[in-house]
Amino acid sequence: MTYDILLAGFGGQGILFAGKLLAYCALIDGKELSWLPSYGPEMRGGTCNCSVCISDEPIGSPLVLTPDLLIALNQPSFDKFIGTVREGGKAFIDSTLVETKSDRTDIECHYVPATQMETDANLPKAANIILLGKLLKETGMFSEETVRQALEKCIPPKRAHLIDNNLRAIKMGQEA
Amino acid sequence: MKGNEALAEAAIRAGCKCFFGYPITPQTELAAYMAKRMNKEGGVFLQAESEIAAINMVLGAASTGVRAMTSSSSPGISLKSEGISYMAGSDVPAVIINVQRGGPGLGGIQPSQADYWQATKANGHGDFQLLVYAPCSVQEMVDMVVKAFDTADKYRVPAMILADGLLGQMMEPVSFPEINPNAVDKSSWATTGHGNKRAHNIVNSLYINATDLEDVVRERYERYAKIEANETDAELYQTEDADVLVCAYGATARVVKSAVNAARAEGIKAGMFRPKTLWPFPKKELNEAAKNASKLLCVEMSMGQMVDDIKLAINCSKPVSFFGRTGGVIPTPAEVLSEIKTLAAQAE
Repeated sequence: MTYDILLAGFGGQGILFAGKLLAYCALIDGKELSWLPSYGPEMRGGTCNCSVCISDEPIGSPLVLTPDLLIALNQPSFDKFIGTVREGGKAFIDSTLVETKSDRTDIECHYVPATQMETDANLPKAANIILLGKLLKETGMFSEETVRQALEKCIPPKRAHLIDNNLRAIKMGQEA
Repeated sequence: MKGNEALAEAAIRAGCKCFFGYPITPQTELAAYMAKRMNKEGGVFLQAESEIAAINMVLGAASTGVRAMTSSSSPGISLKSEGISYMAGSDVPAVIINVQRGGPGLGGIQPSQADYWQATKANGHGDFQLLVYAPCSVQEMVDMVVKAFDTADKYRVPAMILADGLLGQMMEPVSFPEINPNAVDKSSWATTGHGNKRAHNIVNSLYINATDLEDVVRERYERYAKIEANETDAELYQTEDADVLVCAYGATARVVKSAVNAARAEGIKAGMFRPKTLWPFPKKELNEAAKNASKLLCVEMSMGQMVDDIKLAINCSKPVSFFGRTGGVIPTPAEVLSEIKTLAAQAE
């Protein structure tokens, strides 16, 4: 199993956090992994992205240029990266913020109105995790137990109350 | 753990008691981590007023025999050059970390390997060398920091970890083995206070009499010769039957490894030579790796710097070509694969 994953959106949407959660899931399941953020001035209000590689083999280049899985949380990221998804890959798109649809027929596109769903459910800033839930459902990469353990690793103890919110968001994504 | 944080944690575990730094992207997480941890570890974290101040604080602290470290990125390392030369001239061991970014000048903030020459040939004025380690993973960053402190102490020379923005920013699983820093007796030279019980220990790099200075430098070069004989290290990957040998270090070597695997999948006999020490340069290991190769390719995130050492190490006995991206651009496995294919095709 090898997954090259690219997560992209605006700075502040939790792109890096969602990537970190995947990385920790991989760590808990004993996989090889790498997590690489884009860094630089463009992160402030601009676009932000994060490469996560998960494999049974040691990771070569940690930079994901042709993802197997793409999470796009805004229009600029969708426009920039939808064409780079590898044939047979899957894309998970926040259809509240991305108004266009891809015309590619060689990849699976999942449109989830994640930002609308977080508002409706009163779960602020959960669009990233809702889409991650959808990704987990469609790939079956990690078990619920792995995800719970990863959340416990990623969320500091003093914010432990957020773990349940995140699990709710994942469930919403899985059912979307 | 992020590469930058792993460097800091490894230093603490290796017994580093003093960290002096000045913020610069892409290494700032290292200093931030030190700021959080050092006080609790009974050490000192100090953000100096400049890079120049920081390196001189390292010189001062290390002169007393404690393990001291500073870190910066390319433009900041240039500012530290004077202090590094003084440390080499005073035989003071310490660790300097360079998380390289694009240059010259202020350059950019994306990953680069354009400081190879600076690190291995001219990190300041005068006849001297630095130990230079080039990690290619977060785990190696940990292992090499420990190694750098131990080896620096052993030979009384400053050591550098030459990383880059990609390694500094990326997160990978890392384990901290039981670290037992080599306890080196520094009482013969460290300025710890003589208490009127012994002669002064003097840490100094000034020798007015030319023959005195020559003697001191010659003695230092005897130590360098021992380092060159004993401290080289390299990874040889699929080199046994390799026809095209690709040479790369640091983050670039990861890209190259992906490309070598892809070339092998297409039936091309490619291999990789990755120096882990850049000075001393692993010449013997390169010649071993290249024994069956008909041509070499050097890949760097620069306009071509290590490629010179590759040619020298094999005495230009085989053609060496170069592929590089610079300015903060990371080469892709596809680009490297295409270079390998071009070379492999030339053979026939």
